[in-house]
Amino acid sequence: MSKELIRLVGCTMAFDDEIVLNDINLYINDKEFLTLLGPSGCGKTTTLRIIGGFLQPTSGDVLFDGVRINDVPPHKRKVNTVFQRYALFPHLDVYENVAFGLRIAKLPESEIDQRVTEMLEIVSLKGFENRKVSQLSGGQQQRVAIARALVNRPKVLLLDEPLGALDLRLRKDMQQELKRIQQALGITFIYVTHDQEEALAMSDTVVVMDKGRIQQIGRPEDIYNEPKNAFVADFIGESNILDGIMLEDYAVKFFGRRFKCVDSGFEKNEPVDVVIRPEDVDIVAPDDGQLCGTVTSVTFKGVHYDTIVDFHGFKWLIQTTEFHPVGSYIGIRLGPDDIHIMHRSEYSGLFGDYSSYSAEYDEINDPDLYPEDISEEVSETSEEEEADKDEN
Amino acid sequence: MKTKRLATPYLVWMVIFTIVPLGIVIYYAFTDSVTGAFTLKNIANIGNYLPIFVKSIWLALISSIICMVIGYPAAYYIAGRSPKAQRFLYMLIMLPMCISFLLRTLAWVALLDDTGIINGVVTAMGLKALPLIRTNAAVVLGMVYNYLPYMIMPLYTVIMKIDPRLVEAAEDLGCNSAQVFRRVIFPLSVPGIISGFTMVFVPAVSTFYISQKLGSSGTTLIGDVIESQFKTAYNPNLGAALSLILMVLVFICIGIMNRFSDDEEVATV
Repeated sequence: MSKELIRLVGCTMAFDDEIVLNDINLYINDKEFLTLLGPSGCGKTTTLRIIGGFLQPTSGDVLFDGVRINDVPPHKRKVNTVFQRYALFPHLDVYENVAFGLRIAKLPESEIDQRVTEMLEIVSLKGFENRKVSQLSGGQQQRVAIARALVNRPKVLLLDEPLGALDLRLRKDMQQELKRIQQALGITFIYVTHDQEEALAMSDTVVVMDKGRIQQIGRPEDIYNEPKNAFVADFIGESNILDGIMLEDYAVKFFGRRFKCVDSGFEKNEPVDVVIRPEDVDIVAPDDGQLCGTVTSVTFKGVHYDTIVDFHGFKWLIQTTEFHPVGSYIGIRLGPDDIHIMHRSEYSGLFGDYSSYSAEYDEINDPDLYPEDISEEVSETSEEEEADKDEN
Repeated sequence: MKTKRLATPYLVWMVIFTIVPLGIVIYYAFTDSVTGAFTLKNIANIGNYLPIFVKSIWLALISSIICMVIGYPAAYYIAGRSPKAQRFLYMLIMLPMCISFLLRTLAWVALLDDTGIINGVVTAMGLKALPLIRTNAAVVLGMVYNYLPYMIMPLYTVIMKIDPRLVEAAEDLGCNSAQVFRRVIFPLSVPGIISGFTMVFVPAVSTFYISQKLGSSGTTLIGDVIESQFKTAYNPNLGAALSLILMVLVFICIGIMNRFSDDEEVATV
């Protein structure tokens, strides 16, 4: 990536004593596609509005090209925004909506015409110039909103859940489209979403947020493969999160068994969270299994089956292309690469148990809901230990 | 079918109290007062009253414009307050309407009269009494005072409903606050201006009480003429004809105003 463009230094935002942003430190590079990802109420939109100039942080600084811009009003920032639900001007047609910023900038008519026409072509809305915005579909309105912002050639484009109101198919297309536009025009995109798939698919950098704090910043692969805590592990993709003890470097104990892993640098016997991705688990015959359990639920998902396996009270989600009927007794094997170790955090024990599987998994894409069900702790380790021994 | 039936009470009401009376007005307007035969004489009489029509429309127009000049900033201010303050201010605007229209107008007589409260103060200061009452200005004042709430209400409703994100979008696209107003808020409040204008202009153009109490013989309005035809001149046929023409003029005025709003039609966001 190229040089740094925007930096937030210790930004805190409070509304009536309620802290919605807590000490945000973040820098954004030129031409980067950065996504602020998190559940509703995590502070991602607030962060975006601070960058856009619609809010001033209670404390902390916003720097643009190294210059402090806290007090610069929105209309003087080299930033344009695509608003949630678009906020198109209902009294203007498509052409005039897109031309709005250029008219304010008092550009000559010929240049306005050329740039608006060009931009409508980029967003595939040629021929819609004289339509009223109310006559457009959601996807078309979306593209007008993007064109209206991009036609001003901003240094940075802020996008606040721009695809939230579109159906799945259209959303996928628009994701591709946005990524293409971003790369073609070489503009920095700061994108807000609660959809982890969207974030992973489009971003150069993902910033995972919760409760007004940044939980993790990284490339999509790093966020997925090396989540920093139980919240990130659960929010990005599916995760089984277990209580474990780090015995020494490269060795962890959970469910009473010692497993090899690739993590090191923990203290001896440190309690840790163990993340196992559902697609990394190999199902084997019970005799060959490191752990054995009973299948309690199977859901066909197209590419794979979501198989819930009960390991003595703690339920795992395992994604497998093979069908194992409910009630069957199976074993599993885990390689060192399949196990990811995290330090304990305030989120430990809150996520990663699939005991209430169906409700949680279906609602995970709901913007206003995220899994809050406190999992049953795997408290009785000793019992499990004995049971495991019996079975093996 | 079902929803049609819901309108039945109003349909009956409208037929009895709007359609039928309108028919009667039209009948009277085209018949002779003595013989009862069909005639265009009443309508042809309009020429004599043309200056009064012009004056009525002129004064109503001035009142409407003054109402808008006062009402728009007021509505804009109220719409920008907190919900609690909005309710309170809106109530203040509505408050004068709780008092009888006649009483409110008479109160102005007490204020503006040659020996009224204002002139009482003026003469006490050793100055000559001011010619306040029986002027065009007094009539316009009465109209503005009485009809101002009708201007503020629709304006407030429309301005309040403007999506604040549109304002943010305009700022984002480079508008300073004056440009936000001119490019977004004002165009979007045109429907409120139209309906406020209509709600002030229509009653103002046909008023007779205000001009009787606050005006003079020189400020007789078309409403006064119509009233006198029924009450003192005993020529209901001419009164009906004048009413009919006034109605047509009002329709034309509303039509012209709506022509503006057609171009600026505000779609639901």
